[in-house]
Amino acid sequence: AQDYDLLVIGGGSGGLACAKEGTRWGLGGTCVNVGCIPKKLMHQAALLGGMIRDARHYGWEVAQPVPHSWRKMAEAVQNHVKSLNWGHRVQLQDRKVKYFNVKASFVNEHTVRGVAKDGKETLLSADNIVIATGGRPRYPTQIEGALEYGITSDDIFWLKESPGKTLVVGAGYVALECAGFLTGIGLDTTVMIRSVPLRSFDQQMSSLVTEYMASHGTRFLRGCTPSQVRRLPAGRLQVTWEDRTSGKEDTDTFDTVLWAIGRVPETGSLNLEKSGVKTSPDSQKILVDSWDATSVPHIYAIGDVAEGRPELTPTAIMAGRLLAQRLFGPSSALMDYDNVPTTVFTPLEYGCVGLSEEEAVARHGQEHVEVYHAYYKPLEFTVAERDASQCYIKMVCLREPPQLVLGLHFLGPNAGEVTQGFALGIR
Amino acid sequence: FLLQVKDLFSSLGVGCNVLELDQVDDGAGVQEVLSEITNQKTVPNIFVNKVHVGGCDRTFQAHQSGLLQKLLKENSAYEYDLIVIGGGSGGLACAKEAAILGKKVMVLDFVVPSPQGTSWGLGGTCVNVGCIPKKLMHQAALLGQALHDSRKFGWEYNQQVKHNWETMVDAIQNHISSLNWGYRLSLREKAVTYLNAYGEFVEHHKIKATNRKGQETCHTAAKFVIATGERPRYLGIQGDKEYCITSDDLFSLRYCPGKTLVVGASYVALECAGFLAGLGLDVTVMVRSIILRGFDQEMAEKLSSYMEQQHGVKFLRKFVPVMVQQLEKGSPGKLKVVAKSTEGPETIDGIYNTVLLAIGRDSCTRKIGLEKIGVKINEKNGKIPVNDVEQTNVSYVYAIGDILEGKPELTPVAIQAGKLLARRLFGTSSEKCDYINVPTTVFTPLEYGCCGLSEEKAIEVYKKENLEVFHSFFWPLEWTVAGRENNVCYAKIICNKLDHDRVIGFHVLGPNAGEITQGFAVAMKCRLTKRQLDETVGIHPTCGEVFTTLEITKSLGLDITQKGC
Repeated sequence: AQDYDLLVIGGGSGGLACAKEGTRWGLGGTCVNVGCIPKKLMHQAALLGGMIRDARHYGWEVAQPVPHSWRKMAEAVQNHVKSLNWGHRVQLQDRKVKYFNVKASFVNEHTVRGVAKDGKETLLSADNIVIATGGRPRYPTQIEGALEYGITSDDIFWLKESPGKTLVVGAGYVALECAGFLTGIGLDTTVMIRSVPLRSFDQQMSSLVTEYMASHGTRFLRGCTPSQVRRLPAGRLQVTWEDRTSGKEDTDTFDTVLWAIGRVPETGSLNLEKSGVKTSPDSQKILVDSWDATSVPHIYAIGDVAEGRPELTPTAIMAGRLLAQRLFGPSSALMDYDNVPTTVFTPLEYGCVGLSEEEAVARHGQEHVEVYHAYYKPLEFTVAERDASQCYIKMVCLREPPQLVLGLHFLGPNAGEVTQGFALGIR
Repeated sequence: FLLQVKDLFSSLGVGCNVLELDQVDDGAGVQEVLSEITNQKTVPNIFVNKVHVGGCDRTFQAHQSGLLQKLLKENSAYEYDLIVIGGGSGGLACAKEAAILGKKVMVLDFVVPSPQGTSWGLGGTCVNVGCIPKKLMHQAALLGQALHDSRKFGWEYNQQVKHNWETMVDAIQNHISSLNWGYRLSLREKAVTYLNAYGEFVEHHKIKATNRKGQETCHTAAKFVIATGERPRYLGIQGDKEYCITSDDLFSLRYCPGKTLVVGASYVALECAGFLAGLGLDVTVMVRSIILRGFDQEMAEKLSSYMEQQHGVKFLRKFVPVMVQQLEKGSPGKLKVVAKSTEGPETIDGIYNTVLLAIGRDSCTRKIGLEKIGVKINEKNGKIPVNDVEQTNVSYVYAIGDILEGKPELTPVAIQAGKLLARRLFGTSSEKCDYINVPTTVFTPLEYGCCGLSEEKAIEVYKKENLEVFHSFFWPLEWTVAGRENNVCYAKIICNKLDHDRVIGFHVLGPNAGEITQGFAVAMKCRLTKRQLDETVGIHPTCGEVFTTLEITKSLGLDITQKGC
């Protein structure tokens, strides 16, 4: 018999839902510390800036423009995150889950070595082990100065001082969401994109998202790749990049360079070979089956670290819960990863569930796909004299009656709230 | 037999010319000639549009087969295929759809000025004195709150921000004017004749239209749709019409209403009280008995609690005003209100700048000549009972919108009913309007969205032991840093245990309730069950995701207070 029935490596959304462990910041993983939570709060800060402007049209006598203090915002956000760390610790305690703040690696398939901050080692063994170590932002180490002078989403939410004039390199939702709120709080923001924005999303919607951002103060450098980051004597950063269409080189000075070019799974330091758990040679993610089991039957992997899963907190949470229920309860329910709704919290939010138009056409053929769509103007935009050019909805359906809805896409305010209920309908 | 035939024609809305042969010289001679030309010796002998139909039996047979109706239609000298009385949400939707189907349509819209003299343009209640200005003023109030929150998110301004009522009303009225204009344009584009005139029936198939100058014209049509909507009710006490205003007046009021007493407990009363308080005004709500009658009472209680505790609205429960006196003239002036308790002899009085009556709405059906053509209305409330195709008891007359007996008084319902009606009348559709599980949202400071049954109604219909109620408080992420209270926002679903835990009631109290509720209404139309809710992944971080993780039931009785994420 082992020490524990279940050992979970990773105290993030998946790990905590499954049992309740942590890394550099407090307990809670990416979502709580350097993901969804601080992101949405800073997005809200940016939205509030827009609301202050709207308020004048509605009769509120506020002297404009109103300045924004990064320090005040960061402190408030960081305080809230810390309260959540605390809340998770209390919850684990309440449920009598033993929490070790240690760095784990495998000794053999049932044993894990944990190393604490002070170097002290502990050996833990368990009948079942769940790997939920998540991912971390990738650094473009091939670019000179990238590691020394650039930061990532791991850092931006914890900066004590304003990032100032920022270059965001990347085209995924992390890049666009960060660039979005930085612009919204009044900072000079540039996004450098190598090819297309939001690659895995519906491309028409993606271009509307960036169109909105571009017409609201975010600068876009498309088809460009950075080649070098240098620190200038005064402390600012000089970035050199290549414009791939023209072949020309260009340069500019920034206070901050934020790399948002993707995330890599945290499997490197787990000593997986000692356990026999296999990873994908391309992505380094852990290979799992529909029961979330790895190549070793009693070792499981959930959340961002697992291959082929959506990288979302709610799916990790649900997967964790269902796994625990399958292992220790009477349930045999598997996680359904189809039709998972999601929302990109860019300045104009994009909520979607189901297939993109491209995916629908690829799967069913153009002749079998019908797309209903409309531009609209939120009532609140009218008096506020806001530009609603990109407020747009589209429903991708099968042409044949009853015209099953394959995908729903909504671009507009409160997209998350709008999309949630429709996600049920799609199922 | 003659009476039977007369009744039949009356129900078809057709006037009869009756020639009584025993009252005519040489009646026998006429009867002989009739016998010759029609081969019928008996009376009654019926002709329609100069075509011989037969006696009573043959006439009823012709009605059964549809031949009678066809004969009535031919050589029809009606000016229009359709006349719609009322240019509001329902009326315009119906008119436009009929025009798209190629019919000749007329719309009459006329606003009788309120006792305070307020009037407005084309579009009906929703556009002018309902949903639209209401939501915009609600938004103004929400922005006041946002200004407050923004400081916690790092926005720096020191002053006490004041609100300018006139700026807001100007902006809102400008938007409404653009909508009025848009509707006129839209009707013109679809070749719908629009008359800004008061329509009333004078005889079957014929109405009289009276414009502002008193000029009268008459118009006929094959079919009519009554969509005249409602107007706010008055108390019937001394001073009410002279000194009080209603929602008809509030949205275009040229001066700030100041310290306001809102009389009523309807959603109109609460929404108005809510945004007035949000704009910084001193607001009191006087309630006769219960709040939001017809809505889930637990939700109504939480909503009003929030208004009272977090929003500073005063409530005077179980009182009715008995007199309104003007103390000072002005814009606004000063009014003294005396109110009596509903439970005893106690009377109270108060002084306000404005008294807003929101005690209900009355249908505009009593002065449009319905009695002339025999359309039955509910004498108590003026509403018109219709069958499931919105037809009144007179076959060529239909009714839609707020005036319908037993249907939700909502713009989208009226629009849907109007569109589908036009398609059934003039197109090839037979689709009826579905009034089940109509979602709605009350835009009070804490918004309340719902779809399906209230808990009380569910218990009444299904019995408590067959229901499972899941519920939870939730704390919107945006409220955390803003320092707004936890355990105020609330989510509840009511499931039918006898039918796979089918969700029969959906209730949410929190920000953006309308946006949250919309999608769930679709899911309920798809016969949503609790299991499907649980299997759906939430979108994070949102308020709506709380519905995908509901665990605690009322029957278990566990604590639902949240301690943070």
